[in-house]
Amino acid sequence: MRDVAIVSFAQSNAAREDRNEVEILLPVVKAAVASSQLERSEIGFTCSGSSDFLQGQPFAFVMALDGVGAWPPIKESHVEMDGAWALYEAWVKIQTGEVDSALVYAFGKTSSGDLAEVQALQLDPYCVTQLWPDADSVAGIQARLYMERAGRSERDLAEVAARSLRDAQSNPHAVAKGDRDAEKLLAEPYRTSPLRDHDCPANSDGATAIVVMAGERAKTLCERPVWIRGFDHRIDPPALGARDLTRAPSAEIAAARAGVGDDKVDLAELSAPYTHQELILREALGLADDVRINPSGGTLCAHTMMSCGLNRIGDAAQRIAAGEGDRAVAHASQGHCLQQNMVCVLEGE
Amino acid sequence: MANLCGVVGIGQTKYDAKRIDVSMPGLVREAALRALEDADLTFADIDAVVIGKAPDMFEGVMLPENYLADAVGATGKPLLRVHTAGSVGGSTANVAISLITSGIHDRVLTLSWEKQSESNAMWGLTVSPPFSVAVVAGAGGFFAPLIRSYIQRSGAPEDTGIRIALKDRLNALKNPYAHLRIEDIDFDKIASSPMLWDPIRYLESCPSSDGACAMVLAREDLAAKAPTPAAWVHGTSMRSEPTQFPGRDSVNPVAGQLAARDLYRQAGIENPRQEIDCAEIYVPFSWFEAMWMENLGFAPENEGWKMVYEGATALDGDFPVNMSGGVLSSNAIGASGMIRYAEAAMQVRSQAGEHQVEGARKALGHAYGGGSQYFSMCLFGKEKP
Repeated sequence: MRDVAIVSFAQSNAAREDRNEVEILLPVVKAAVASSQLERSEIGFTCSGSSDFLQGQPFAFVMALDGVGAWPPIKESHVEMDGAWALYEAWVKIQTGEVDSALVYAFGKTSSGDLAEVQALQLDPYCVTQLWPDADSVAGIQARLYMERAGRSERDLAEVAARSLRDAQSNPHAVAKGDRDAEKLLAEPYRTSPLRDHDCPANSDGATAIVVMAGERAKTLCERPVWIRGFDHRIDPPALGARDLTRAPSAEIAAARAGVGDDKVDLAELSAPYTHQELILREALGLADDVRINPSGGTLCAHTMMSCGLNRIGDAAQRIAAGEGDRAVAHASQGHCLQQNMVCVLEGE
Repeated sequence: MANLCGVVGIGQTKYDAKRIDVSMPGLVREAALRALEDADLTFADIDAVVIGKAPDMFEGVMLPENYLADAVGATGKPLLRVHTAGSVGGSTANVAISLITSGIHDRVLTLSWEKQSESNAMWGLTVSPPFSVAVVAGAGGFFAPLIRSYIQRSGAPEDTGIRIALKDRLNALKNPYAHLRIEDIDFDKIASSPMLWDPIRYLESCPSSDGACAMVLAREDLAAKAPTPAAWVHGTSMRSEPTQFPGRDSVNPVAGQLAARDLYRQAGIENPRQEIDCAEIYVPFSWFEAMWMENLGFAPENEGWKMVYEGATALDGDFPVNMSGGVLSSNAIGASGMIRYAEAAMQVRSQAGEHQVEGARKALGHAYGGGSQYFSMCLFGKEKP
């Protein structure tokens, strides 16, 4: 495998935006390219992630590409997935030896509709979607089953929220933040039992961009390149009744194949839109109790759907680059109840 | 190319306006199982799955590959979903090929599909967008002016499009999977069909189809053991350019020219018309065959239509194009690009039955999308590169 490093990362300030996707995205792409110290013409490949259903029209990515620019024509691709999978495609492209570098970006505007309802369109279209189960309620089923299986309480979930909200206070890109202890959080009413507002993601509009470079050149572009040392993704069956919702088997496989357990992990950024999902993932990824989890506040505090997975990778890389640790695990997820999972192991130079 | 990749299995569904006999999972599984059968493999032999389709609004399911994961045997495996507009069937295969050539996986299943009867493609393409004006003209309304511009530039005879449509529709009668098989097709029937978007007539247009196409790819040593000899990948290429800007040539886009040049360079081809035996090209409206012949370097600029007139692109011509009947005969949009690849690979594997080109050794698969701005291509060979 060729060594590939994340050499730059930029993200939008998560919020309900009155700008459209392209307007949110452009400054982010510009910032990532500028801090990579590369000219656009030097970047070998471009790959993006987005969803038409968030934008409410087909070919959301075409409008984005028009904005990002592709002249003279470029080698370019797009996944209808979280941008973390666009990074994976770019990493594969670099592994073929055809290119050495890539610009990867992702965007999503969740505020155009009611996200929890829009996500019902991801379920079985013949038998389940018609019932319009919103994403929060589906996650609530998972939370209930998980708490029963693992002997966890609503307080355990509230502790995850309290820590995330506290950490998010130092993250200018987070939407939900604050200093509230579990006691205070548990006094709030249910949104959908057993989940309260703080257990559910703070939906946000957002865009993320990352530049990656292979080999020695990465060392000339930034002070401390962050190397992708393990990269794997897996998927579980979709039917909610067909799998054990209290675990994430596909995350377990991805973590093992990415080599999470091969060495000490300093910090982890997990795509867990719901509090209980963080606990499921810690178990699936085999993370020790001393691993710093979601120092950014995580997806719970800024759920920028379609870019939050790529954002986790960027967030983790940024902390390693800044010397907050040497080895990080970044995780991305898609689908209801952690159906599809990606694990990326990052190490500082 | 780092590692060699071979196509060892190909599977297609019957294309039809409404495949109400199967659900979406049933449709994709039909193609996947046929591809596995062709390769004499099972889902257990597959390391990863790469799926492609055009906009999710064509079925009304958001990120439907998550819903289809177990139908395509992806449980516990990597599943990627590609979407690059109309070129997606091609670019999906290109991504799958890169999983082999990079050495990451040994065997990959790639599949593209569309079940247009679940929704309405015309609506899906023209849904009123939040920040701009809806045109409600569909793809034909977008491409007709480009064709008109081509006619003006090249001086091509007005019946060029009819001749292309007739050729493809006759070819479709030799393809058991084709959606449109019009037994009494002739020049007059096409010429007298309603004018939809001048100069595009009804019978010069692609249909809306349900269907899926799948290919099993394998690394060199495994591909060499395939029960039916593999189609070897000699090169892949992709290029994109913006939808519009002053001075853009959307009739003969630079992105398409560059992608073709890159492909021929990888495959060591100097004279494409001489060295490539046949091609499956993305032609949703008849005239695009003539336009793409030029864009791909098979004919000098403004002379692509002459290949049609000389009969060069007919099944018995010296450079057959769209032997399967092409997109004009089956158009499950997301699958259409992969069908081009699959049909090209079938030619070099001598699997094309009645529409086989005798002695085909090198065949081109091509797809384009968006406003003639996304291009993906692959060259398949009977021998290893």
